[in-house]
Amino acid sequence: MIQEFKKVWKPFVIGMLWLLGLLWPMLGVHPDGTLTFQKTFTVWSYIAAGALVCLIIYVMKASGTLTVVTDPLTKAGQGVKRSATALPTWVWIVILLVFCCIYPQFAGRYGTDVAINVLLYICLGLGLNVVVGLAGMLDLGYIAFYGVGAYTYAILNTVYGLAFWVCLPFAGIFACIAGCIVGYPTLRMRGDYLAIVTLGFGEIIRIILNNWMELTNGPNGILGIDRIGWFRFVFENGVSFETIWVKKLQLFYYFALGLAIFTAIGVNRLNFSRIGRAWESIREDETAAELMGVNTFIYKLLAYATGAFFAGLAGAFFAARMKFVSPESFTFLESAMVLCMVVLGGMGSIPGIILGVIALIALPEVFREFESYRMLIFGSTMIIMMLFRPAGLIPAKRVGQRSEEKEG
Amino acid sequence: MEYFIQQLINGLTLGGMYALIALGYTMVYGVIQLINFAHGEFFAAGGYAGAIALSYFAGLGYMDTHPILCLTGAFALAMAYCAYLAVGVEKIAYKPLRKASRLAALLSALGMSIFLSNGMMLTRGVYDAVYPSELFQGGFDFGMVTISYLQITIVSLTAALLIGLNILVFKTKIGMAMRATAQDKTMSALVAIGSNKIISLTFAIGAGLAAAAGIMYGLYYGSVKYDMGFVPGIKAFAAAVLGGIGNITGAMVGGLIIGMVEIFGAGYISGEYKDVFAFIILIGVLYFKPTGIMGENIDDTRV
Repeated sequence: MIQEFKKVWKPFVIGMLWLLGLLWPMLGVHPDGTLTFQKTFTVWSYIAAGALVCLIIYVMKASGTLTVVTDPLTKAGQGVKRSATALPTWVWIVILLVFCCIYPQFAGRYGTDVAINVLLYICLGLGLNVVVGLAGMLDLGYIAFYGVGAYTYAILNTVYGLAFWVCLPFAGIFACIAGCIVGYPTLRMRGDYLAIVTLGFGEIIRIILNNWMELTNGPNGILGIDRIGWFRFVFENGVSFETIWVKKLQLFYYFALGLAIFTAIGVNRLNFSRIGRAWESIREDETAAELMGVNTFIYKLLAYATGAFFAGLAGAFFAARMKFVSPESFTFLESAMVLCMVVLGGMGSIPGIILGVIALIALPEVFREFESYRMLIFGSTMIIMMLFRPAGLIPAKRVGQRSEEKEG
Repeated sequence: MEYFIQQLINGLTLGGMYALIALGYTMVYGVIQLINFAHGEFFAAGGYAGAIALSYFAGLGYMDTHPILCLTGAFALAMAYCAYLAVGVEKIAYKPLRKASRLAALLSALGMSIFLSNGMMLTRGVYDAVYPSELFQGGFDFGMVTISYLQITIVSLTAALLIGLNILVFKTKIGMAMRATAQDKTMSALVAIGSNKIISLTFAIGAGLAAAAGIMYGLYYGSVKYDMGFVPGIKAFAAAVLGGIGNITGAMVGGLIIGMVEIFGAGYISGEYKDVFAFIILIGVLYFKPTGIMGENIDDTRV
């Protein structure tokens, strides 16, 4: 243990001193010409203490002192895994579904509200997963399609008075068209260039939403959007229709659940189809895929359009739930947040993304008092995941076996 | 005509700032083939550091007696601070990922960008940090066209920094080592060039230039904000791409063009959509000539 500690104490001390040098000018210099040290040292000592705990755990793990604890833990983990795989997957899915169905009965209003948020972000995350996880294209303007969907429903509803269920396909289709418009010129690029261009497109769409006063009412947003409604037959004076608005949050929860299930099934089916294989080949090696006769352009465009379609549907639900849309909801940070969920859970893996969304939406609700640290944690989560576990919490199962895996 | 000349001067001022930021992108890309997403945050951090330094000097009362000295000090402190920040950021977020996939490095850079901007928000608050406005009042008045002293200072300072960088890169041993590392890391390591040190140095220089641009931005617009790095960062990236990424002269030219286009677009087409023009140029360049106006041919995998 001493040996291990000797190896790492130097970078630790240097890093902590670096942090101190970084923090003090930001926290300790005041505009009135005074210098303070108290606050900087308090903040720094908290961070240093946290880092020291991590360091000690790391050293213990590296030197093997922790095997007393980790061995039973890994054994228990394997035991749980074995008993989990003993039951077929559909049993777990049924248990999960039953839990989802009865959830609003015992969760309060607040709990249901958070759950709806989680469900909408699951749709967004799964949609982005098609682009990033399956086809391997980094898209940083994804939230724009969510915005297009939300605005489509908002405008169609407030201007033309169309009902939600009529608008829902339109929201998806318009987002899909927006995806194609964005995708068409950008898909010749790869990797980092694609990322930055999609970011630019996302910003362009947001700026348009912000400035096209006649259509979108600019930064003020659109108020008074209808809730979800459906028709009921009334048999009093002959047959007539009557509109029912979904007023109860619980009902809305079930609609959102339906959308999330629809998205999950859709993405799953796509993943294991011919199209999914084509996307996978593009992700692994685009040049090789093209040589093998995959029409990369069409498939990349299709990935874009599919992702945008799901985002558009989620957007329409978002508008119906909030009854208000404004460009503020569709900024770059939202895109980064959805991306962070996908990365955290595991790109390409549906259960992983669901876990990632729950982790990043539900946990901040639990730790409400650390609200302002939320984005800070998102940022550091992305870095830490990339450094230590780039495949995510639940890595995607790969179809088939690869040569490099066979060797190892 | 007067309006045109006035806009030309404004465009030159803004373009100079973009050029300074774009240099950081282009140098880092040249050395490790990574778009440093956090670069815009160095720009914002530099703006903040400058604001803190200037207001500290003002609080001590030195601003009234030695304004030029204070300003020089603020520039030096902010550039040093950002260089210090950048070296650490590179060690934490980029160095361990040098062998990993490009997507991983890019996501790490993105996380760093979010982390830094929110870190600034937490340490300095969500409100604007105000720059002292009494500095550089007035200017030359040619009838309809006015050139403020501030603009002259910014443009001449930018020019000085650009010339200094050019001398550093093309005339000194360090610059030669940087160019060698950019060309081939393995080969330059074989001839005893410490590539890790050179990469750190590249990050430090790029961040220092971005910090200078941050202070100029603060002086020009009067205040800085924690999230201001994002949009200028993207525009500067557009400038780097326009000039041919990896090409230092190209980044300078690209920065000037982007600044001009933004000012003229805002003046003659629409002020509300001024942020859009840089994005459109970026997309257009990447679509029609991904190597940029001064770039050499790069191999297919990078584009």
